[in-house]
Amino acid sequence: MRKTITAIALAMAVATPAMADLVVPNLSYRTGPYAPGGIPYADGFNDYFTLLNERDGGIGGEKVVNPECETAYNTEKGVECYEATKGSGALVYNPLSTGITYQLIPKVSADGIPLYTPGYGRTSAANGKIFEWVFNYPANYWDGASVAIKYLLDQNGGDLSGKRIALVYHNSAYGKEPIRTLQELSKKHGYELIEIPVDHPGQEQKSQWLQIRRDKPDYVLMWGWGVMNAVAIQEAANIRYPMENFIGIWWSGSENDVLPVGDGANGYKSLAMHGTGMDYPVYGDLKTYVYDTGKASGAGDQVGSVLYSRGMYAALVISEAIRKAQELAGHSAITAAELRNGFEALEITEARMAELGLPNFGQPFAASCADHGGPGHALIQQWDAAAKKWNLITGFIAPDDEVLTPLVMEDSAAFAAENAIAERCN
Amino acid sequence: MFYREAGDFKTSYADDSQTFPIRFDRLRYYAVVAVAFGVIPFVINDYWANAVFVPFLIYAIAAIGLNILTGYCGQVSLGTGGFMAVGAYACYKLMTAFPEVSILIHVLLAGGITAMVGVLFGLPSLRIKGFYLAVATLAAQFFLVWLFNKVPWFYNYSASGQISAPERTILGHPVTGAATTASAKYLFCLVILFALAWLARNLTRGTVGRKWMAIRDMDIAAEIIGVNPLTTKLSAFAISSFYIGVAGALFFAVYLGAAEVGEAFGIQKSFLILFMIIIGGLGSIFGSFAGAAFMVLMPVLLKNILVGQFGWATDLAAHVELMIVGALIVIFLIAEPHGMAQLWRLAKEKLRLWPFPH
Repeated sequence: MRKTITAIALAMAVATPAMADLVVPNLSYRTGPYAPGGIPYADGFNDYFTLLNERDGGIGGEKVVNPECETAYNTEKGVECYEATKGSGALVYNPLSTGITYQLIPKVSADGIPLYTPGYGRTSAANGKIFEWVFNYPANYWDGASVAIKYLLDQNGGDLSGKRIALVYHNSAYGKEPIRTLQELSKKHGYELIEIPVDHPGQEQKSQWLQIRRDKPDYVLMWGWGVMNAVAIQEAANIRYPMENFIGIWWSGSENDVLPVGDGANGYKSLAMHGTGMDYPVYGDLKTYVYDTGKASGAGDQVGSVLYSRGMYAALVISEAIRKAQELAGHSAITAAELRNGFEALEITEARMAELGLPNFGQPFAASCADHGGPGHALIQQWDAAAKKWNLITGFIAPDDEVLTPLVMEDSAAFAAENAIAERCN
Repeated sequence: MFYREAGDFKTSYADDSQTFPIRFDRLRYYAVVAVAFGVIPFVINDYWANAVFVPFLIYAIAAIGLNILTGYCGQVSLGTGGFMAVGAYACYKLMTAFPEVSILIHVLLAGGITAMVGVLFGLPSLRIKGFYLAVATLAAQFFLVWLFNKVPWFYNYSASGQISAPERTILGHPVTGAATTASAKYLFCLVILFALAWLARNLTRGTVGRKWMAIRDMDIAAEIIGVNPLTTKLSAFAISSFYIGVAGALFFAVYLGAAEVGEAFGIQKSFLILFMIIIGGLGSIFGSFAGAAFMVLMPVLLKNILVGQFGWATDLAAHVELMIVGALIVIFLIAEPHGMAQLWRLAKEKLRLWPFPH
């Protein structure tokens, strides 16, 4: 029987892209219950690199290739995709899944490939002293949780004592990430935290929202993803929960989450780590070089959406890191280890963002050996159902580093102890 | 021409009762074992280990486990994913609590703990059977997943509820953690699978297995001829859960390295392993291997052909892959309701007569 397998095995030729280019694999998911989030992100990610290839002939004269691999947000498939692509000279991974990120952190550390997880993944990877190969700037979940609470503090004149805040979360590593931060913050600010888990994939939330209707929390925070978001917003509309008191993380704030709910979603808020919409000069170039030439990734119907912008933002940061690495290494055909140096020395200023055609889009940040997490500022956006548009209602809000820094240190120290990692950068 | 008994004389009882009585079959078995132990470890790379061989070996252990319970003893179980989770979490707790003890012992102990849990959830089988038992084991699946999500002690109070395997070595070679080489992973799983499959094969040929089959075929008749349903059913649950627990421990520690219970050990895992034994063949050790190979290899093979060779879009390929695997399962079961093991038996019959079938 093993012979049959061997025979099949021999028939299986694994196609690998050419070694000469800069290989940035796109572990995407366009199928399954998380596809509403995965498709726009993957499209934005691919389109930005296509733009660089078409307009500038790549980065520093080297073309970028993005072999795509379908993970379906599943960790087993994610591991298979990682193993299938890493031999092709992959420079950096961006799996858009906290579960897959947890799988890959030890693997990339052993293989020496950077892992870039903007706004998701393991929060304590912000501590570059422990996590040499992982980068999660400009913001992470704990920043998000803290910004949401700061916003609520602001709304309540600086006092949340006696308030009740419910957290509706995806019952996985992703959804559980903010709990510890919110618990710490509740000690500081005196609110009561109600934890309400929603199991994968989140299409059934009647009982959770019944609980919210009964408990009447003052605010609801949500850490949701995929179909779970739209279902939660629909259920909130059904129980007539005041939408302006319902705030999602940045992964729960895209058009695909609110459009299915129609007018009921009006006033729903979410965090954002960058601007959205098509009022940026970069879209002129994208239209000329990518959309009009028929090179757009996917169906091309996601352009300008929140998650498309985020995929593009991730691609932009990676391309800037590649540029920085080329500058540091003195040659353009960089290796994964050289790219890591690029990530660590990366500084993105507002002037540079404007130069790239995205003025006032994201926050400026600078990485260092110890800081892989960035400043962690976030905005609040609100959905206008009539105009079908997200409106930014605040400027960038800074997280409460006084609470977060000790948490990051504690969690990364636990990881270091488990895996016998010595601190770097000292 | 092949698989002939002619000229293969048995001169002792030991010869007569050996596992593979036909010489050709025996040689084929030795050849497979020789390739598995002597060739593959030297040529295997990370991709082959992580995408194909390690999952295949681990699923084969789980499939043998479920086959003991469902195929041999006739007790339908939908709790496989939950029992794998018990194995994984037991292994994690043991690994982190007693870092100086060998991982092999932890894996076996994890199997032992799962066996106890399995017996507990097997108790209803004494009163109910068939679909009703399936529902009772389904309750085990949901309860266990809920438990591992709910009680932070099981995941050592980590912020994300994830468990991740620290590095552990055998004879100086890491077998868990990121520094593990492809061949170390493969060999570790292979040795365990080989030992467990050998044990299962011999159990099913002996008294224990015959009792299981008697209960499966007609429990009242079995009771009348002196088979104790209590010990028989519970032993099936215990041994089956031991296998599944070992598979769960390896799945977490060696294959994934980090796991969260809802995703890695959800209800879909229970169904996957049930499909493996139905497609492979109920009541057959070979069937467990064939089913595991089919369910692990087909998606990877199709993905490589559709995306790698034909250059299709990944989402289109993923959807077509689901359809093709689904269609193949239906076609297989229409062509041969007893699974791939029966196809193999028929092929052997044909080979014996070939090239002169009449």
